[in-house]
Parts: sequence; C-alpha cells; structure tokens
Amino acid sequence: MFWTSWFLAVLAIALAWPVPVFLSRAHWPARAPFAAMVLWQSIALAGGLSMIGAMLCYGLVPLGENLSAGLHGLLEVVVGEESLDTLGLSHVFALSAASLLTAHLLFTLSLSYFRINRQRRRHRELLLLLSSPSSERPGTLVINHEAPVAYCLPGGSRSVTVLSDGLMTLLSPEELRAVLLHEQTHLAQRHHLLLWAFAAWRSALPWLPTSKLAQRAVSSLIEIMADDVALRSVSKSTLVTAIALVASGSAQLPAASLVGSDVEKIDTPATTSARLGRLLTPAPSMSAARQALIITLAVLLLAVPTALLLVPGILA
Amino acid sequence: MATLGDLERAVMDLLWEHPEAITANTLRDLLSQRTSDAGLDSRPLAVTTVLTVLSRLEKKGLVERERSSRPHRYRSVTSRAEHTAELMLEVLGSAPDREAVLARFIGTVSDGEADTLRKLLGR
Repeated sequence: MFWTSWFLAVLAIALAWPVPVFLSRAHWPARAPFAAMVLWQSIALAGGLSMIGAMLCYGLVPLGENLSAGLHGLLEVVVGEESLDTLGLSHVFALSAASLLTAHLLFTLSLSYFRINRQRRRHRELLLLLSSPSSERPGTLVINHEAPVAYCLPGGSRSVTVLSDGLMTLLSPEELRAVLLHEQTHLAQRHHLLLWAFAAWRSALPWLPTSKLAQRAVSSLIEIMADDVALRSVSKSTLVTAIALVASGSAQLPAASLVGSDVEKIDTPATTSARLGRLLTPAPSMSAARQALIITLAVLLLAVPTALLLVPGILA
Repeated sequence: MATLGDLERAVMDLLWEHPEAITANTLRDLLSQRTSDAGLDSRPLAVTTVLTVLSRLEKKGLVERERSSRPHRYRSVTSRAEHTAELMLEVLGSAPDREAVLARFIGTVSDGEADTLRKLLGR
C-alpha cells in the first residue's frame, strides 16, 4: 500500500506537468485528432485519480494491507471501534486532503454545470426573441447582426446553429454549407461536454499546468475534428476561404478589438492559424496502427492506477 | 400565433417598435391587426393571454411595468439592438464564461493575422 501510494504520487506528478507539456508541444495531434482527444481525457482522468489515490493510500497505510482493508479500518476509526491514534498526524492529513480534493473537484464540476446551463437558458431566451428561424435550413436561426458570426447553442433536441446576417452576405452558399457542417459536427459529437469538463477542471485546479494545456489542446482539437467532418462534403479550398473570410471579417469589428488580448481566451488566434496551416500544408493523417497504439496507451494510462487501487483488495 | 414562444416574440417586436410604454389592450389590438394584415387566422386574442405573456417577459427581465397609471403600461427594458449586442458579446468571447455558447466558427484573430488572411484571399 505504501509503494502503491508512491507509485501513484509519481504518476500524478508526471501527469500534472511533464507529460502534458510534452504532448502540447507535439505535432502529431493535428494528424490524429481523435486519438489525441482520447489521450487528453485519459491524462485528465488518470491524473485526478492518481492524485487522490496517492493521498488516500498513504493515509490508509496504518489501517490495512490494501484499499478495501484500509477503508474498512477507516470506518472502524470513524465509528469509534478503533482509536484515532493508530493513524498518526501525517496520515490523517493525507486522508483529509484526499477527501477535500475529491469534494472540491465534484463541487466545481457540478457548479460549472449549473452555471453554464443557466447562462445557456438565458442566451436561448434572448436568442429566440431576436432571431428568426431559417426557412431553408432546419435547426438554424438567423440573427440580425453585421458581424460574420456562426456558432452553436447545445441543448439536446433543442440544439441550434446560429448564423448572422453578416455571415450570410459574406459567404457563398457552398462556403456557408462548410460552416454549417462544421458547427453541426460540434453538436453531433457533443463537443460541449468536453469543453465543459475541461473548463471545470481548469477552474478547479488553475495552478496545475496540465489543466490549462489540456483545455487549450481540447478546444483546438474539436475545431480540427469539425473541420475534418466538413471536408468530407466540401472542398478544402471552400473551407479555407470560409475560415479566412470569417476570420478577417471579424477582425475588423470593434467588438473583436474590444475583446482584445487582455482576456485570456481559450479560442486563441493560434487555433485559427493552426487550422489554416493544417489545411494549406496538409500532413498525411497518422496510420491506423499508430492511432490504435495511442488509444491503447491512453486506456492503459487510466487502467493502471485503477487496477493498482482496486485489484489488491479484490485478490486479498 | 401558434405557440407561447411566437407570441412572446411578437409582443417583444411590438414593444421594441414602440419605445413609449403601452397598455396590454393596445398591444392586443396591435397584435390582432398584425395577424389579420398577414392574412393569418385572426382568432381574437384575449387580453388575459397578452397579460400572461407580458408577465412571463417581465419575469425574464425583458419587460418593465409602469404601475403609476391604471391600466398598467409596459415597455421593453432595453432596445433590440442592445439585446443583440449583449448576445454577440457573449458569443465573441468577452463575457467571463464563454463555455455557454459553444464553438464559434472562428475565434478572434489578431490584426497581423487578419492581414495575412486578406493577402491569402487576394483582396
């Protein structure tokens, strides 16, 4: 149990700093966005699990050989059958830290869920009053604004894609189709859930390098994935033109310059140039075997700490 | 006037067109006029329906009521343009939490990048 806690601590540190830094500098994620997305999720989950698991195991060392025995011992301490002295200060501290961290993560996750939902509801209320449904495209609303804007508002069966007047005059029908395909992919692949989870993780642990890097990577990867789906139906030049037109169009807006660089946005300019660069000088996508290898690695990354925590208790 | 949502939209449209506060009765008349102009079924709209819609909009913070006169007069809290600007700010990312509105087609780009893009497009 003692060695388990050390192993998990080393894993937690590796996943908190060197691994995400390394991954965020790698070039292959743009060639295998899905595999990269799976890997980031696995890093986040395994990181959290090993962080909590390390403290929990260390805290339970005096109480049992493995996690289930330790937890059983802890219950006896709590109900008063065993004296608290068997634990010792440092172990009590580790246990408290583990439970506080767990509570903090769960609380932040649910708080941001409710906050985002409330904001979405408000946005939808206003949107429905201000926009008109597009006559030729189902699930699409048109809002009266000169800025070339396209976005989607998730909400189960009530998900909508919103286009502005400015966008519709700026783009040709084919380019508009590229934009719509891109946005509809976000909705179809439930990208808002990924954004929510990683944003919550970042606001829970803002000082952790991995949470910031992961959020950035994920918001860039979902754009790449949506581009890829759009490219199945529209030509590359159409998509590039649409991206370039919308980007240069929105840069001229007062609102955009007002937003400025002082706000640290997850949707950084780097994302736009990365997307364009990828479309203009395409690298071949990664071989299926390598992608499978990365996904296997990602699964193992999560399976190892889980097994370390659970298996000894089951075998005993 | 199929759903409550459609009614809310029609009421807001009228309130945005009439910056001065108007009564529910006037609103009802304007609404019926609008539907008959459009050649839609002009089932007479009850004032109580209009009042229900107004109180819903009031709860949402979109409409305010002048209680000094009887009957009460209603007006929109802010103009249509201001509401649109509010939405667009949320979308363009200056709102503190941008997660609510997902994945705008393109993010804000820097001036330099915009120049490069314009060159790319040849305009």
